[in-house]
Amino acid sequence: MFNLYYSTMKNTAFTKYHIELGARMAEFAGYNMPIEYSGINDEHITVREKVGVFDVSHMGEVWVKGPKALDFLQTITSNDVSALTDGKVQYSCFPNGKGGIVDDLLVYRVNAETYFLVINAANIDKDWNWICEQGKKFGFTPGKEIYNASDEFAQLAVQGPLALKAMQKLTSENVVDMEYYTFKKISFAGIKEVIFSTTGYTGAGGCEIYCANEDADKLWKAVFEAGAEFGIKPIGLGARDTLRLEVGFCLYGHDINDETSAIEAGLGWITKFVDGKNFIDRALWEKHKNEGTERRLKGFIMIDRGIPRQHYLIYDAQGNEIGEVTSGTMSPMSKQGIGMGYVKKGFWKDDTEIYIGIRDKKLKAKIVKPPFHLAK
Amino acid sequence: MNVPSNLKYTKDHEWIKVEGDVATIGVTDFAQSQLGDIVFIEIETVGETLAKEEVFGTIEAVKTVSDMFMPVAGEVLEVNPKITEQPDVVNKDPYGDGWMIKVKVSNPAELNELLTPEQYKGTINE
Repeated sequence: MFNLYYSTMKNTAFTKYHIELGARMAEFAGYNMPIEYSGINDEHITVREKVGVFDVSHMGEVWVKGPKALDFLQTITSNDVSALTDGKVQYSCFPNGKGGIVDDLLVYRVNAETYFLVINAANIDKDWNWICEQGKKFGFTPGKEIYNASDEFAQLAVQGPLALKAMQKLTSENVVDMEYYTFKKISFAGIKEVIFSTTGYTGAGGCEIYCANEDADKLWKAVFEAGAEFGIKPIGLGARDTLRLEVGFCLYGHDINDETSAIEAGLGWITKFVDGKNFIDRALWEKHKNEGTERRLKGFIMIDRGIPRQHYLIYDAQGNEIGEVTSGTMSPMSKQGIGMGYVKKGFWKDDTEIYIGIRDKKLKAKIVKPPFHLAK
Repeated sequence: MNVPSNLKYTKDHEWIKVEGDVATIGVTDFAQSQLGDIVFIEIETVGETLAKEEVFGTIEAVKTVSDMFMPVAGEVLEVNPKITEQPDVVNKDPYGDGWMIKVKVSNPAELNELLTPEQYKGTINE
């Protein structure tokens, strides 16, 4: 019965390796992706303590080029693109014109007229349609100033404290000293050009490496050979989720969506109300920032034993409903329930006692700042 | 998948072993492999008499929550203390140290309605 599914799913350039290694596979965003190999906890701990490799080829990539590229990106993204210099990366989001978020993304500045956007796999079609629609106002032609390159890249995220040290073996360019959120095009593992970027969504440090699909085999083999002495392991999407949640990173479709504003989501730091940047929804989000919002995305840890899950309700000590969980799990590091959720005004301070409705009980938790696995 | 021949099974992936009028109940090797890392087990039905197919507890993996059902009606006598302290014992030894509860069987005739090892193998190989 499973094989019927496989035929409708897209494979990445690495899918064959995941199957060969015995990963549990499932469809994610239309791709046949590895969910886990040795087990989510083991993979999670490998990334926090050593180095792990994620196939993130399903992510989307869009080029924005030309003299109007900066103006365009200043309009459609919330962060200040003019603050970027060549070789720098920025986390940002697309406001949707109704006060919500189309997607969160990375913006890479190659040069003043060339930018590279990295978007969520599940949103590639939606984002591309949005970019094309907004691009019309700038006279952009799809395929020219804006170009969807999502099917052309293979990408590995090599994450963990030993990741850069391991990857340094594969290039003569200095990568161990690269600053966080920077990138360069380099020759790597015998591949003429990859984009080597010190980004990632685990909070464990490391890099993301983009190459052409035809170079993917070379990349996969070289990364695992170089990492062998550091205990490198392949990591599935299960651990990717627990890793990002422990450090309080938002997952689109869970913690942020078309109905949440960046301010409500605690993404004020990627929302820049600078002079001359008239981005979509600026007025509304500026109002949210200045006047405050009724709810806000907050992190919490469980005090009572229990695991919070998406859609569980949040209560105050009197049993009044004050919010809803958007992401939750058992932290593989602290072995404690952790989560995030939208919480009503008045319950945002650290250490505020809240209650999570788990099955027929209301279990005690408290508001904390990330990283949640280190919160006390 | 390991499906011991001396046990009976349910389509919901519980196993049951009967000794006199007391039955030991757990989840199958197939169930633990599908769940992945088991991180939390909650069973608060000790002392209760539950009907066949009633929920006796909850088992949580990193990403999922599943109910566990009574294979037959009975009184829950005991919960394995090991599984609340170290839930991963269920991954390691689902038919041994990872047992869930002991039950006093109310109606032994219900045991005949359970799946044989061969029948259970058939359900997981579909």
